[in-house]
Amino acid sequence: MSRSTQSSFGTGKLLRAALYAVLILFAVYYLLPLFVMLVNSVKTLDEIRGGNMMSLPEMFTFEPWLTAWSEAQIGVEPTGLKPYFINSIMMVVPAVAISTGLGALNGYVLTKWRFPGDKIIFGLMLFACFIPFQIVLIPMARVLGMIGLAGTTGGLVLVHVVYGLGFTTLFFRNYYAAFPDELIKAAKMDGAGFWRTFTRILLPSSGPIIVVTVIWQFTNIWNDFLFGASFADFDSMPMTVALNNLVSSSTGVKEYNVHFAGAVLAALPTLIVYIVSGRYFVRGLMAGAVKG
Amino acid sequence: MQSSLPGKAQATLREVLPRLVLSPSLFLILLFVYGFIIYTGYLSLTDSRMLPSYELEGFGNYANLWGQRNWLIALQNLAIFGILYIAICSVLGLVLAILLDQKIRGEGILRPIYLYPMALSFIVTGTAWKWFLDPGLGLENTMHLWGWESFTFNWIKDRDMAIYTVVIAAVWQSSGFVMAMFLAGLRGIDTEILKAAQMDGASRWSLYTRIVIPQLRPVFLSAFVVLAHLAIKAYDLVIALTNGGPGRATELPATFMYSYTFTRNQMGVGASSAVIMLAMIASIIVPYLYSELRERR
Repeated sequence: MSRSTQSSFGTGKLLRAALYAVLILFAVYYLLPLFVMLVNSVKTLDEIRGGNMMSLPEMFTFEPWLTAWSEAQIGVEPTGLKPYFINSIMMVVPAVAISTGLGALNGYVLTKWRFPGDKIIFGLMLFACFIPFQIVLIPMARVLGMIGLAGTTGGLVLVHVVYGLGFTTLFFRNYYAAFPDELIKAAKMDGAGFWRTFTRILLPSSGPIIVVTVIWQFTNIWNDFLFGASFADFDSMPMTVALNNLVSSSTGVKEYNVHFAGAVLAALPTLIVYIVSGRYFVRGLMAGAVKG
Repeated sequence: MQSSLPGKAQATLREVLPRLVLSPSLFLILLFVYGFIIYTGYLSLTDSRMLPSYELEGFGNYANLWGQRNWLIALQNLAIFGILYIAICSVLGLVLAILLDQKIRGEGILRPIYLYPMALSFIVTGTAWKWFLDPGLGLENTMHLWGWESFTFNWIKDRDMAIYTVVIAAVWQSSGFVMAMFLAGLRGIDTEILKAAQMDGASRWSLYTRIVIPQLRPVFLSAFVVLAHLAIKAYDLVIALTNGGPGRATELPATFMYSYTFTRNQMGVGASSAVIMLAMIASIIVPYLYSELRERR
């Protein structure tokens, strides 16, 4: 990633300085909303109302964070965002694990145990990545009701597994397609069956793609709003929906500092994942964008 | 002879095992994606209101849909939003990628800064920008406090301009991602051709317009497909930023579908709008996937 397409842009020092100025200006543009959120989440409400959103807090307070976490009014309950944060975790962990596992198996079958019609199946799965979810909302609501999962975390897990399968299958399929067939053939020759070939040969070298897939799924499911808003009830509401309720509730005083602390709390898990493993995150975005 | 029967069964099992492993996923996709598409398509031809009804009544919902002012507003907004979002993200992404590709010191710091918004939920982005764009609290207020009294920026409260604030926030979220796609494309270009062209005296400008940018065509296509389908699906951001308002000024097909189906009890109309959304996405995605899948084998 460090190789440049061509020798550097101009030799003039002035041009070079302008180039850096533009790049830094854009960095400011991208950082500004985050800066505003962070700075105002540690100000008192009076200071926000009277002051400048860009200025640093005169009186640093951690109170809005505590309020957002455990006291803020979400709907009718003054529970803070904590229970919804836990809901999101309870939803994300199994959904990511199941969809990643199934995706790995699908990718393995679709590349190493090919059969007539496998490309059509892959095409069907791939198209499923792109459908507008509005097309499934009505029947999904009915089916979840029929199987007794309406308004539960289990229902949301099912929904996220189903609509994440296309992507996880795509990631693993592309990765395994580049894995040398000779190794698989040799293993089969030695009498290794379907499962042994998978667990002994493919799985040990799947580390990078597992990371990519887990990050991708984690980010998407954590950030989902539409399914959470449509299918969850109060006991299973995920973080994004709770945050939206907090921010857009029309009753009482608007506590902007609490809203910001809540927004940062909702963003924190995916931001941390991004900061810790940004490289893989980018790779996942690419794999999702550039089909193969 | 006796032992060959289990052996045979085992061989058959080995034969079908891969398909057996694939079948739960295939079942889920067929039912929850394609079955549901058919179901919604069917509902769009019925007079379903609060609850689904299975009485076919033809294309009345579609006629109704295209007669709704709200739907036409939603489509017009989608056109404005989609075109600007795709165009600005592509241009900004390309420019940033080219600028970052000039042997920049600190690229490793700048790149993740440009890209991190993609990791955020649209609800978080909407919350941040709603505030930033609010005339009384955000940018306008700040400018006033800094002494620029005549500065006004109240698009988010203005019916005619509100849709552009959705563009601003969406571009902020996605342009870094497009930048990363273009950067990967730039790094994949053969440097020998560029060196040869430079040797022939090609100017830096023509080097980019004649050689580099034409070679990035596949990236433009991928970026277009990704951005177009994100635009058609856009829902969360509008909900968090403007909630469709002021009035119905930032209604998009996705918000239209949701409100008609779940709050206005016009499920048939909602279903028909979902079918139109699917058709829009399919007309972009299907040719793309078809050409991508065919090329590789």
